[in-house]
Amino acid sequence: MTVHRSLVTEALTVGYDDRVVVQELTLAIPAGRISVIVGANACGKSTLLRAMARLLPPRSGAVLLDGRSIAERPTREVAKILGLLPQTPVAPDDIAVADLVARGRYPHRSFLRPWTQEDEAAVAEALRMTDVLDLADRSVDELSGGQRQRVWIAMALAQGTDVLLLDEPTTFLDVAHQIEVLDLLTDLNRQKGTTIVMVLHDLNLAARYADELFAVKDGRLYLSGAPADVVTAPMVRDVFGMDARIVADDVSGTPLVLPIGRHHSRV
Amino acid sequence: MIDGTATDAPAGPSVVRPARRRRRLLIGLAVGLAGLAAAVLLSLVFGSRVVSWDEVVGGVLAPDPNSFAEQAVATRVPRTALAILVGGALGLSGAVMQGITRNPLADPGLLGVNAGSALAVVLGISVLSIDSTGEYIWFAQAGAAGAALLVYAVGSIGRAGATPLKLAIAGAATSAALASLVSAVLLVRTDVFNVFRFWQVGGVGGADFGEMAPVLPFLGLGLVLALLSSRGLDVLALGDDVARGLGGRVGPARVLAGLAAVLLSAGAVAIAGPIGFVGLVVPHAARVFTGPGHRWLLPYSALLGAVLLVAADVVGRVINRPADVPVGIMTAVVGAPFFIWLIRRAKVREL
Repeated sequence: MTVHRSLVTEALTVGYDDRVVVQELTLAIPAGRISVIVGANACGKSTLLRAMARLLPPRSGAVLLDGRSIAERPTREVAKILGLLPQTPVAPDDIAVADLVARGRYPHRSFLRPWTQEDEAAVAEALRMTDVLDLADRSVDELSGGQRQRVWIAMALAQGTDVLLLDEPTTFLDVAHQIEVLDLLTDLNRQKGTTIVMVLHDLNLAARYADELFAVKDGRLYLSGAPADVVTAPMVRDVFGMDARIVADDVSGTPLVLPIGRHHSRV
Repeated sequence: MIDGTATDAPAGPSVVRPARRRRRLLIGLAVGLAGLAAAVLLSLVFGSRVVSWDEVVGGVLAPDPNSFAEQAVATRVPRTALAILVGGALGLSGAVMQGITRNPLADPGLLGVNAGSALAVVLGISVLSIDSTGEYIWFAQAGAAGAALLVYAVGSIGRAGATPLKLAIAGAATSAALASLVSAVLLVRTDVFNVFRFWQVGGVGGADFGEMAPVLPFLGLGLVLALLSSRGLDVLALGDDVARGLGGRVGPARVLAGLAAVLLSAGAVAIAGPIGFVGLVVPHAARVFTGPGHRWLLPYSALLGAVLLVAADVVGRVINRPADVPVGIMTAVVGAPFFIWLIRRAKVREL
């Protein structure tokens, strides 16, 4: 079963060329929970996630996985613990669903270690959990956006990691499929105890699905905590530069953000 | 964490390797082997002189010095072997390059490798008067490696590192630049031009086993490295981010595969001149049978590359009898319609 891992950033600074995007950011991801990172466009939230997945080297500070710097651990070893689904992954053309999901087993295999029963079982379970078993033989190109995203999540599941990072897993999906994907990730978290960290655009969905919310502004951590504590009118104003009214979401009991634009303000 | 063991593995057929896919692989293997056998047989029979079956057997096993026919067959043996070697190497290196760059149009011509070889060989001919395969091979390898490094260095400039698109653009630009340098040398040196033009068209006509020998170690090493890089290419195919997330080491994987592609294509170029289209077309044909996984795609590309080149050479021998049309021209004649058919049949498979 899932082992609870500690994932921490310590005074993490990341940048591209001469531009610093994430600045001395310290946070601790709660193990076995769902964490969601929110923030305005270009605030550094995706960069933060990529650095946590060791795709970007820190300029200073560190990302610690189980207390050890992720940059100093063998990447294959990290890949057995921590999985990543980027925002728009590319599938090889005409690849079958089962083949794509099977590539999630990469870190568990080697040139001399052929396909095992364990690999087979992991792929079959990943296909079952994401409800794409019936599509196993189909080409990924033929699938709808929602199905395709479930297939990518299946690939990440087949990797068999205790921690899963996802960069905006609901992009390009209609609202029903957004809910479907977020429900699936919640199932994964509840049933297997997988620690989930994702970047989400939609503040209301973030408030619904997050156990812990991290609000990032200008590359720094602005506020973190339970959604009810984080999603407040002053936070929305400071982080997103927008006035809003916060009401209770009747469906979930979480905070619901009602944006106030120039044309609608019956406050 | 998904913790499957042998005991809870699902009984029955595999989800990942269904029988239908295996059948397609077997059909491809049968097609490839039958095609190779047929092409080799035709290659021994046809030429400017048509020979009988007895003469083919005699020519291959123990050529009678008094029989012109058997002597003719005997010269077709090394030629056929060379076409198999060169075709296999080009097919394989094309598949590897398409994998490295995730670009369905990549081939040794696009990434500057052939142009690098050509320039180095031209300089060798003009400055050092080299004139044998044993000498060409070193120049071709050095030129190919230099061009590949240059392309990789130029393609790595900028924030995202060596992306497939930047590699393809850098390769095309480098190819164009090196080709014009080749022209510059040839324009002022007609003597070099006369040696070079036979080499440059691409041919397997003058083959003998002694000329082939120095290239074999390069092709052998390239083959081994290519097959070793198949897992790396599979993970690169998912994009750099996913590849790294899965624990793939993107840079070393590209370098290993790139080295294999350079060894193979420079080996082929050294011995037969730059032959186009094989590296471009063959992997697409192989994918019809194998799908995008490199474990099967690479060997099938080598097999089908050999079939294509032997067949193209046979056609080149009979189409304008008794003259030989060089195989480099025939691959374009045979390859271009085939490529158009592939594109029309389905969109070119991306990687």
